[in-house]
Amino acid sequence: MRGSVYIYILVMALVTYLIRALPLTLIRNKIENRFIRSFLYYVPYATLAAMTFPAILYSTGEMAASAAGFAAALILAFRRKSLIVVATVASLAALLVNLLIMYL
Amino acid sequence: MNVTSAGQFAGLTVIAQAGTYFEMAILQFIVNLRYLLMSAALSQKLSPDTKTVHRLGIAYGVTDEIFGISIARKGLLDPRYSYGAILAAVTGWVGGTVLGASAGAILPEMVVSALGIALYGMFLAIIIPPAREERPVLIAVISGMALATVCWYMPGLRSLSQGMRIILVTVVVAGICAVLWPVGDEKAE
Repeated sequence: MRGSVYIYILVMALVTYLIRALPLTLIRNKIENRFIRSFLYYVPYATLAAMTFPAILYSTGEMAASAAGFAAALILAFRRKSLIVVATVASLAALLVNLLIMYL
Repeated sequence: MNVTSAGQFAGLTVIAQAGTYFEMAILQFIVNLRYLLMSAALSQKLSPDTKTVHRLGIAYGVTDEIFGISIARKGLLDPRYSYGAILAAVTGWVGGTVLGASAGAILPEMVVSALGIALYGMFLAIIIPPAREERPVLIAVISGMALATVCWYMPGLRSLSQGMRIILVTVVVAGICAVLWPVGDEKAE
């Protein structure tokens, strides 16, 4: 079967949007069930942690540089620095280590 | 039209192989499953009075990045905050794509690859401070990273797509934490 590219794109758009829109529109009130409420409370931390590590080690193409960036980000995040500061310094640390590797 | 890069890559494959529309729908459902969890979590940060039209607007912007910064906000989420974030992000994505094509040639490759870590740095800035405050959150963060590492390297689990691995880790870790340390009424907002 060879369908229209536009219908493929429409199906993609519809599914990707509905999967986000349905929970937000259907769950209108605070969930009463304590387990589900607790589960959803932990979802952001679990999911962002799982997305970050170990993927962060492969994020700059050079594991030593990534590890330096990761360490810098951990220290600054621990000190409650803003998102921009943590992201920027992590990048700078990775760049620095990359330069050291190249010129030493 | 839709903002999900993994989904777009996978979708192209279905079109190239002339798959059915149903295959496309199932594939997109699986690739996007973690946003179902994110949207459900985000629903608890909205005031029950939030209008449907605003809920539909916020839904458009449920991506890793915007979800991250929305969760980082204290208290209830104002739809206007989401709209601002979507506007900034879409401008950045489109502008970045246009610039990227030319800047890739201008910026040294080393700088471009160093920037690859920025998103993860942002995620860490979101999850680490609350992990300092609450022991269960700290355990969720550490065990999430540990389990993701196991899934990343272990034969069998390794063959799952990254999206599926993240869902697996999220469900297991959030499930166990919810059983061990259920949150009270005051915290869940």
